[in-house]
Parts: sequence; structure tokens; C-alpha cells
Amino acid sequence: MANSQMTRGIVSGRLPAETIARNFSDLHAPLDAHEAAVASDRCYFCHDAPCMTACPTSIDIPLFIRQIQTGTPEAAARTIFEQNILGGMCARVCPTETLCEEVCVREVAEGKPVEIGRLQRFATDTLMAQGAHPFARGASTGKRVAVVGGGPAGLSCAHRLAMKGHDVVVYDAGPKAGGLNEFGIASYKSVGGFAQAEVEWLLQIGGIDVRLGEALGSGLTLEALRKDFDAVFLGIGLAGVNALRAEGEDRGGVRDAVDFIAELRQSKDLTTLPIGRNVVVIGGGMTAVDAAVQSKLLGAENVTIVYRRGRERMGASEFEQDLAASKGVRILYNAMPVAVHDGEIELEYTVETAGSLKGTGERFRLAADQVFKAIGQVLAGAPSGVRIEGGKISVSGDGRTSVDGVWAGGDCASGGDDLTVTAVAEGRDAAEDIHRALIG
Amino acid sequence: MADLSSNFVGIKSPNPFWLASAPPTDKEYNVRRAFEAGWGGVVWKTLGEEGPPIVNVNGPRYGAIWGADRRLLGLNNIELITDRPLEVNLREIKAVKRDYPDRAVVVSIMVPCEEAAWKAILPRVEETGADGIELNFGCPHGMSERGMGAAVGQVPEYIEMVARWCKANTRMPVIVKLTPNITDIRKPARAAKAGGADAVSLINTISSITGVDLDSFSPLPSIDGKGSHGGYCGPAVKPIALNMVAEIARDSETAGLPISGIGGVTTWRDAAEFLALGAGNVQVCTAAMTYGFKIVQEMISGLSQWMDERGHDSVAGIVGRAVPNVTDWQYLNLNYVTKARIDQEACIKCGRCFAACEDTSHQAITMSPDRVFEVQDDECVACNLCVDVCPVEGCITMEQLEPGVVDPRTGRTVSADYANWTTHPNNPMARAAE
Repeated sequence: MANSQMTRGIVSGRLPAETIARNFSDLHAPLDAHEAAVASDRCYFCHDAPCMTACPTSIDIPLFIRQIQTGTPEAAARTIFEQNILGGMCARVCPTETLCEEVCVREVAEGKPVEIGRLQRFATDTLMAQGAHPFARGASTGKRVAVVGGGPAGLSCAHRLAMKGHDVVVYDAGPKAGGLNEFGIASYKSVGGFAQAEVEWLLQIGGIDVRLGEALGSGLTLEALRKDFDAVFLGIGLAGVNALRAEGEDRGGVRDAVDFIAELRQSKDLTTLPIGRNVVVIGGGMTAVDAAVQSKLLGAENVTIVYRRGRERMGASEFEQDLAASKGVRILYNAMPVAVHDGEIELEYTVETAGSLKGTGERFRLAADQVFKAIGQVLAGAPSGVRIEGGKISVSGDGRTSVDGVWAGGDCASGGDDLTVTAVAEGRDAAEDIHRALIG
Repeated sequence: MADLSSNFVGIKSPNPFWLASAPPTDKEYNVRRAFEAGWGGVVWKTLGEEGPPIVNVNGPRYGAIWGADRRLLGLNNIELITDRPLEVNLREIKAVKRDYPDRAVVVSIMVPCEEAAWKAILPRVEETGADGIELNFGCPHGMSERGMGAAVGQVPEYIEMVARWCKANTRMPVIVKLTPNITDIRKPARAAKAGGADAVSLINTISSITGVDLDSFSPLPSIDGKGSHGGYCGPAVKPIALNMVAEIARDSETAGLPISGIGGVTTWRDAAEFLALGAGNVQVCTAAMTYGFKIVQEMISGLSQWMDERGHDSVAGIVGRAVPNVTDWQYLNLNYVTKARIDQEACIKCGRCFAACEDTSHQAITMSPDRVFEVQDDECVACNLCVDVCPVEGCITMEQLEPGVVDPRTGRTVSADYANWTTHPNNPMARAAE
């Protein structure tokens, strides 16, 4: 293997296989039983606990931690799964530092929260390792529901509907179910094929038929689904990406970050995945951080995140920004792309006044043989007739769209905050509403 | 620097911290290490009579209960008295005392309830140069089935009898170790005094089962699927021991009888509390068994610092300082009115005070939507539960209502006068006010 971090251009095998394997191992190692005992002892079992309120799926956190503490992690897992059937993935990917752990009273008191995320993973991993599924399907209702999109929202919705005894068909455009859990999350947050294992485990409830490679616009229409099913849930995510609107955007080496992340997640051998020597990521969200950090872990020499606003406006949490910095990623604030040249990107400093952003006129260039665009995903392929509002499918209450009998949730629907855990909550709540509508 | 030296019934030691008769004092090796670490004295693990030594179980001897982070709170044992030959122990006691003349070496003894048995062993112990003897009338397991230990300690007449035999047969000071497995601790203490004992020591361990194995349904600790009650000690028993020490200290019949305080002493603070309630010194076991002999250094530095800060210049000056303040419930001042106060700066908003008060007490704490917890004086009976469950020390306190202030709960003006149940109008036995 002749390549190194210094090799020019976009090449694979910049780092030895062992280094890459180490780089992409679990970001947070699982707690062992002793560590879980020590960590769970720190929970105060707060009344009306702030952590629980902060959780989009309202998991009873003090209860599940007490269940771990008393030697019943299986019961703890059940407490978690009752609220969040993807509690295993959420334990890995939730930005706990801005949700439950941020409001933990021990974070407030000592700057050191109870490790809720890792404890949740301990509980869910324990139960899932036993292979059994903790819920039984309810008696068949004879009702049929179509779920479009097999991501977190769709899977959560499908599972809850199956629990209620409905027959569910999940349609997914991709070659595998899981959505962003499978294709969009940084590799080191979901190692060992966890996303697919979780889907298989979830489907053990029964009554869910998954059909892959089918999407609205390619084989499916909302009209037909409404005719064939008693209800339809749309969890189609955000399939489009924003354009850079910079000169040279169509050059080779310029790519959507989500595509890079998906390719990386599906790669069987990361030593064969090409990466630039000088990588520039445009954007300020989790996707930007995931793309930048993984570029660095693959062996890029220089990786820079360029974000057009200040640090405080950045979508990625402070934890994510620190993670990027610790991996050697440079974050450049208040700069925007102007043009992509051969092996370089031209940028301009910005200034934000009264909410509006404009260039200062001062331009500079960075070496860039690869540019990833992570400037936000947009709704694409939404069926006509469904009201769109602010670029998302407009929903009210428990996910009802403007079309009778059609619900929506997750990233494609209005009101959420583009988190896995929020999508799970919306899918679950829509399922409950669908059930009420169908059964009364 | 405060003088920590101790003189307990004429037995001198550089500090009041002795190791209790227990596994840590079973042999020369351990005792030498203890003295090197700084312990003021030891009570050598109980010797039995001449002859084949007793045998111990060959499975677990200890069971325990734990608090958060697996801190050991209570320890139970089913170990018997020393299982080494009498001559070996006596030889080692003599060697240790010779090498550590400034430390207290007291020998615990348990032989059958016959004068001949005591007459036989006492000269041999005396010959070692030991400073005193402690009569083990407390061990609740094993030996009690053979008519010794707690079986003696539960019968005041036996205590008096054996104490008298010992006083008649040795010039060494005699300390009687009491069992707490009895209804009224004052009775055996009075008996010890009547028998001429120089002091009592307490408490010995409390009969206990630490748990049950829920797979085998064996009590714990389990010996081949069976369990037997053991003796319980450690931090969990301290409150029981403190009360028993205080009961003896304030009993008019035993007032002034020296007490060696035992039971859950873990820190210098625990030791100071025992001294204040009338103990002349303290004996420690579980804390040493949990953390090793080094803890005595914290006990010495802590007691010394506190004494310096408070101007107590000798251990003797502390002993019994709290005894006059131990009283009967009927004499507590019913005109002393307090209310819980929550320090909002210190509050971490866990809400445990609210849950405790709302669910199990007097609904005297309110919770706002933004998690501000406030005491409602018109409902607060000052039960102190909120203080006890709050994870932040000092966050919730009890504040006294000044005389002249109206207690919003009762609508009555707080009186500056002392008034107790004996004169309360609701008491049918109350003396007529005059």
C-alpha cells in the first residue's frame, strides 16, 4: 500500500487497516456490568425528573436507571422500549448532552451528569443480546396501514401499529430498511451492523411486511395507497440536498456529504474508500461534523469545516464540535464558499448583522481536492395534494396531514428538530392516532 | 494541639481509638501492624479455655449490606472466638505488649460459666503483662448455643456472678462487654456494676441475617445452602449503639460507670459522638476491616482538629458532654417551633423533598412549573423528612420561629416558655396548672 496522508488527490488506503479499524470503533465503549452499577448509583431518582421531560420520547429515565441498579436491566430495557422502540439506536446517537444529560440535576450541581445515554445502551443491549422481543402483537384488527419510509419514524410507527394488531406494509426506496440509522449516521456511533440488527429485532413483533426498492413516484402513488390501505403514514425523510450556489459546484471532487456518509456506512472495507488529502466540508450541522470527522479518520491530512455563521449558531452540538476538534478537524466560522477551483476552494469571510448575512469582501483560498456539501437536506418526492409548509409536510397534532387518512412524521414533517429520537416519537404518536381513528 | 491521650479505667493509651476484639486482633502479625499504623490499643480476639481450639466454618464467615457505590454499611459475621491454641495467643500477647508498652492491650475472654474455668485462665492472661480483660458476654452466634457469650450476657445474674469471680481472681481491670440482643440494656450494665466490674463495653453485634439467596433460598452468608444468624456491625448499627451507651450513661444506677463505646465507629466524628454520649474511649472493627488500619490516621487528625477548633484540650473533657441533653420524650419542649427552609441557591431541583412531603408527609412543599420548591409554613410540621432526603447537605435546614411570631400552621403565637407533655392540656395525666 503506497498511499499515505500526504498522497495528492482523492485516494484510498491512506492509513493502515489496523489504524482505520481502530478509528472507526465504538465512539463510546459500552458499559460493563460494574461500570453500569457505579453509574446507576449516581441517579437521584428525581421527582418529575427533568431528564424525562427533556427526552422527546419521554422515557422514564429514573425508573429505568433504578431497574438497572437493582439488577434487572431487562426490565429497564422494557421501560425504555415502551416509549422508544429504537431506544438502542437512540442510546448511541442521541445528542444527550443537549437533551436528558444537559438537564440532569447532577450536571447542574456538579457539571457531571448521570451517564443516561450509556446506561440506556447497557439496558437495551442486554435485552437485545438475549434475542427475544419484549412485546407481543395484539389480536388482529383486520386493518391495513401503509408506512412509506423505513427510517426511524416509519419503523417506530409500524411497530406501534403492529402492537395494536394492525397489518403493516413498510415501503422503503433503499436496498435496506433503517433510513438514516443505516445510511446517515457516523460509523463510529453504530458499529457492528447494529442498525440492521435493530431492524430485524424490531420486526420480530410480526405483522410488518417490508418491501424494499419502492417509493412514491417510482411504483407507488398516494392515491393507490389510500385506496388499498385503511391509513397511510409518510416517513419519507428529506431526500433532496441544498445546492452550494458557488461557481464550480459541478466540478469533480464536489459531493454531497450525505452520499459520502452513506457510501462509507455501506463500505465493506474502509481501506478501499477514497478520500482527499485536503478535505473541506461546507456546513454547520451534525452531517458536516460526521463527514469531516470520518474524512479525518480515513486519513485525510487536512480537514476543515467551513460554516458561514458564528460558533453559537452552529447546528452541531458543542460536544460534536469538540469531538471534531479532538480528531484534528479545523472549524472555520464566518466564512462562505464563493467558487470551487482546481484543487482549491475560494471562500469569503462573512458578517452577520441583524440576522442577515453578507460577505465582507475579504476572500481567501484553501487547498481542497475534495469538497463535501453539508448545507442541509430538503423535502423531495412528497406526494402532490399534501399541503407543504415551510418546506415540510404540514402536520397537526399527532401527525395528521391535510389529506384525510394520511399521517406524516420524522424529518419530512413540520415541527420536528431533525433528530432520530424526535422521529421515533412522531412515528409512535401518529400510530396511536391512526389506531384511534381506525378503531375509535 | 489537643491531647488525645486516654486513661480508661487506669489503662493508658496514646489515643482513645482501640481495635475491638475481632478478626483484626486475632494474632500478633495484625496487632503489630495496627500499632504501627497508630492505633492506641487493642482488645485481643476472644480467648477460650485450654484444650482443643474451637473450629470455624469453612465457607463464608461474613455477609454485608451496601449503600450507593457499594459502600459497606453493615457487616455480619458467624466467626467464633479465636481458633488458635491458647498458648500461642498468650505468647503473642506477651511479645506484643513487651514491644509496645505505651499501647493498651486488653484480652477478651470467654470460658464456660464455672468459676474454675475463670480461675484457670486469669493468671495465665495476667502473666502476659496485658493491661486488662474484657469479658465477652456478647457474641450472639455459635458460642451462645454452648451457654457462653450472649447466653450469659442476656442473664444479668450471670453477668454479676462472673464479674465477681473475675474481680476476685485478678488484679487486672475488668471490662464487661454487653450484648445488644436484650430488651433493656441498663439491666446487664447494672449487673456488671454490682459484680464489681470496672467498666462495660458495648455494643457487641446484633443478631442478624444479611439477606437471602433468591436462587437457592439460603440465608446469607450461606454455608452449603443453610444459614445461621450472625452478628451485625458497621455504620448501620451506630444509632443503636449510641442510644444504648447513652441509656447507661444517664441511668442513675450506673452513672459514672466507665463505658468503652463500640458500634459502627467509622470516622473521627462517630468517635466524638460516642465520647459525648458518655463513652470513655471507642473500639473500632468494621471500619478497619473495610478500609484497613490506616483509617486511624483520619480519626486522630479529625478528632484533634475538632478539639483544637472548639477548645477542648483533653479527651476526658469531652466525655459525657451530651449526656445531660439526653432526656425522655415527655420532657421535650413543645413550644420549640421550627419550619423547613430551602436554600434556593443550593437547591439542585431534584424534587425529592417534594415527593417525600407530598406523598408521605404533610403536603407542605409546593413545586412550580420551573421546579422551584417552596415550603408552606401553614402546613409544615417540621418533621425534617425533606432535610433527610435532600442529596445536598445544608440545602434544607430547620429554622426556629422566634417567640412572639405566629405559627401559620396552628395560628398560635410561639411562646418563649418551656412547656412539655407533662403539663399539656391534652394530656389526661397532666398536673393541673397552678
